[in-house]
Amino acid sequence: MTAPFRKHALALATLLALAAAPFLGFGDGFALSLLARAMILGMAAVSLSLLVGGAGLVSLGHAATMGIGAYTVVAFDAAGVSEGLIVFPAAIAAAAAYALVTGAVSLRTSGVHFIMITLAFGQMAFFTTSSFSSLGGDDGYTLYARTEWLGTRILDNRLTFHFLCLGLLALVWVGGNLLLGSRFGRVLRAARENPQRALAVGFQPYPYRLVAYVMAGAVGGLAGALLANATEFVSPALLSWTRSGELLFMVILGGVGQIGGAILGALAIVLLEESLSHLMVYWRLVFGPLLVLSVLFLPDGLVGAPLRLRAAIRFASPKRRNADA
Amino acid sequence: MPDPLLELRGLSKNFGALTVTSDVSLTVLPGEIHAIIGPNGAGKTTLIHQISGTLRPDRGTIRFAGQDVTALPFERRARLGLARSFQITSIVPGFTALENVALAVQARSGSSFRFLRPVANEKALNEEARAALDTVGLGRVADRGAAALSHGEKRQLELAIAIAMNPRLLLLDEPLAGAGPEETERLIGILRELRSRYGILLVEHDMQAVFALADRISVLVYGRVIVTGTVDEIRDHPEVRTAYLGEDALA
Amino acid sequence: MSMLLVQALNGLQFGVLLFLVAAGLSLVFGVMDLINLAHGVQYMLGAYVAATLGVWTGSFWLGALLAMPVALLVGLALEWLVFRHLYRRDHLSQVLATFGVILTVEEATRALWGSAPQTVLEPSGLTGGPMGGVEIVAGLIYPTYRLVIIGVGIVVPLLLWFLVERTRAGMLVRAGATHPAMVSALGVDIRRLFTVVFAFGAMLAGFAGALASPIFPVAPGMGDTVLILCFVVIVIGGVGSIRGAFIAALLVGLLDSVGRAMLPDLLRLVLDPSSARQTGAALASMLVYIVMAAILFFRPAGLFPGGRAA
Repeated sequence: MTAPFRKHALALATLLALAAAPFLGFGDGFALSLLARAMILGMAAVSLSLLVGGAGLVSLGHAATMGIGAYTVVAFDAAGVSEGLIVFPAAIAAAAAYALVTGAVSLRTSGVHFIMITLAFGQMAFFTTSSFSSLGGDDGYTLYARTEWLGTRILDNRLTFHFLCLGLLALVWVGGNLLLGSRFGRVLRAARENPQRALAVGFQPYPYRLVAYVMAGAVGGLAGALLANATEFVSPALLSWTRSGELLFMVILGGVGQIGGAILGALAIVLLEESLSHLMVYWRLVFGPLLVLSVLFLPDGLVGAPLRLRAAIRFASPKRRNADA
Repeated sequence: MPDPLLELRGLSKNFGALTVTSDVSLTVLPGEIHAIIGPNGAGKTTLIHQISGTLRPDRGTIRFAGQDVTALPFERRARLGLARSFQITSIVPGFTALENVALAVQARSGSSFRFLRPVANEKALNEEARAALDTVGLGRVADRGAAALSHGEKRQLELAIAIAMNPRLLLLDEPLAGAGPEETERLIGILRELRSRYGILLVEHDMQAVFALADRISVLVYGRVIVTGTVDEIRDHPEVRTAYLGEDALA
Repeated sequence: MSMLLVQALNGLQFGVLLFLVAAGLSLVFGVMDLINLAHGVQYMLGAYVAATLGVWTGSFWLGALLAMPVALLVGLALEWLVFRHLYRRDHLSQVLATFGVILTVEEATRALWGSAPQTVLEPSGLTGGPMGGVEIVAGLIYPTYRLVIIGVGIVVPLLLWFLVERTRAGMLVRAGATHPAMVSALGVDIRRLFTVVFAFGAMLAGFAGALASPIFPVAPGMGDTVLILCFVVIVIGGVGSIRGAFIAALLVGLLDSVGRAMLPDLLRLVLDPSSARQTGAALASMLVYIVMAAILFFRPAGLFPGGRAA
């Protein structure tokens, strides 16, 4: 049990820290809403990590599934419906349906084509939401009320909302890990590493990839519905392609080898953005170069950083090198 | 004579003006090793591609186990029991040896749309996979990462994967390529044991291995089968000697 | 009917601009296997530089001309700083690093020029005055400047075709796209070939931005929209194919312009005016992508598959 424990130690520690945070001085409204944002984006990032790291599918349009989940909440809100038992399943189903249709087309291609096509479909969703003039168009839409559950407004309590997000995040993470270790996950992983081999033993990767794509889309929809509740405001910016790029950054920063890394990646990026934007107006002048540098110098993400550092130190020390030889 | 397991009839394939397969007809019987030899560029690998289903022939039919499979894709033929090995070793490097083989067992035992139960603990899959590994003599490295295996072990692993598919026909594309003398010895031994269980279509450059193993041999030159016969018939065939074997190959 | 003609001309001219950006993107990808999201940045910089230098020098054309070397220099600097470290990396890393470049350069643009769109007047001197136009059919006057863009869009592709198909450098570019190892075995410095192709693509995109500056709002995000449409163009046309990019660019330009103009009117035949407007607008913005999906469904490798496959 120690090996799997060590494998997941970092993600577990992050989740525990998130659980303790409200009681360690991060319990005010500002901190909680920031953490909620990080956890929700983390959920979307974990589902994207499942695609990128698990199935080898680099989607540059994952924000669209979040946006569709959020806009489903908005559409129901505009129609006066805010019951969670209706709104949340609908948001998840809408995002999954979008993933099914766009995935069916995108997955016929691979590699760079796949990146470009997912990006294009994401942009399509972006422009489509901007053209909904009854839902605010470009300007966005402010929710009338947070989603209710069986008529009670439990989501209005920030602490409840915090632990709801945390619980769902943990669930997505555990579910994702189970998925990767299952029969289904084995086929996905084999098809990522060597599609020819998967075919040779009788597996056509397409249906497996499509199902994974739809599952990730469904989680994206759930995250979107939560995000709409967290900010009580939804605009097309949520679907912009830069948001998809950010999600990918979270995945790679956490390390693609572990889907739990995306949780740490999301937390790191949300906190970094927040503190940078408080320090300066043009904060992306720092954020952008940091992104570039982390891609160039941390190919294994934050998770791999200590290992790389150790290797670098070992390489630099001639004594150790002789000893190794 | 028993019904052939595999039957090619009038198979032809062109790449533009280049004819790579020309009116090839041959059969593989159950329990038989049928070898295909021929000089480089004779179209052996292209032929394998068409039989396994990664390349569509322009004309002709392929019947496998009594069924016309000419229009079936690669993975469907695999599920019917047509197992193929590759000229360049094709395994999943990130899997253990056992997992590579278990994947093949999994493909033929029940649905793989199962999402929660850890597959690594599925006893039935692992036991069959272990048996296949034992058959090729890899039992002791079952839990080692496939990428860390030696070249010869990888070739053996590929055989184990093919066996684990529980196939009727093995389609082996130069299984001895790149193997050292000792590894070659071991692989020949394994193939000899497998012959009774499956039909085998063997493409191989190593003439000694071919002559030691094959029941029948077809000689392919410029995409055309110039002769099919027993080992002795091929050895003595004048056209074969000039067209392919040369004078020193059998010396 | 004349309405449709105007929209078709607008679409043609948008398609031409798309081609100028997409050609560079496609070449860079075809030759270097680099997916460069930051290519749209050159387009944006071209527009900004043309706008600023046009005011300084008092001549739009001088500004547009100067935009090319500036885009070239920025492109080379980025290539040296970032892109050349990415050639051997996977596509995921390339996407992210070039995404970081976009964030940085767009933010720098915002810091230098502000977030508000710059206005650039259509150049005078063609027919005397910014409102100058040509009567293309009886009673229909179309701005001369926009016709010039279309003209440029016919000349440049021909030039490009000549360069790629009929010159030694072009032969190397084509060979480099399919057999990089062989080309370098022939003693060609593949690095230098990369740099030349990259510089050329950057310049074309900068030129397109300069041309576009009087027509489209010059704002920090302008490169992204064009970039993504260029991906659509490349996907439809087939990666690495100049001919495919040209045809697909015109197709996308036309679909976009004509769709936006016609769909709301068409829908009014079946829907009430307000929902026709909303549905029409939504459908028009989806149209290009739906067509892309349809083409891909039948031809996953695009209309003119060729060059690098994956």
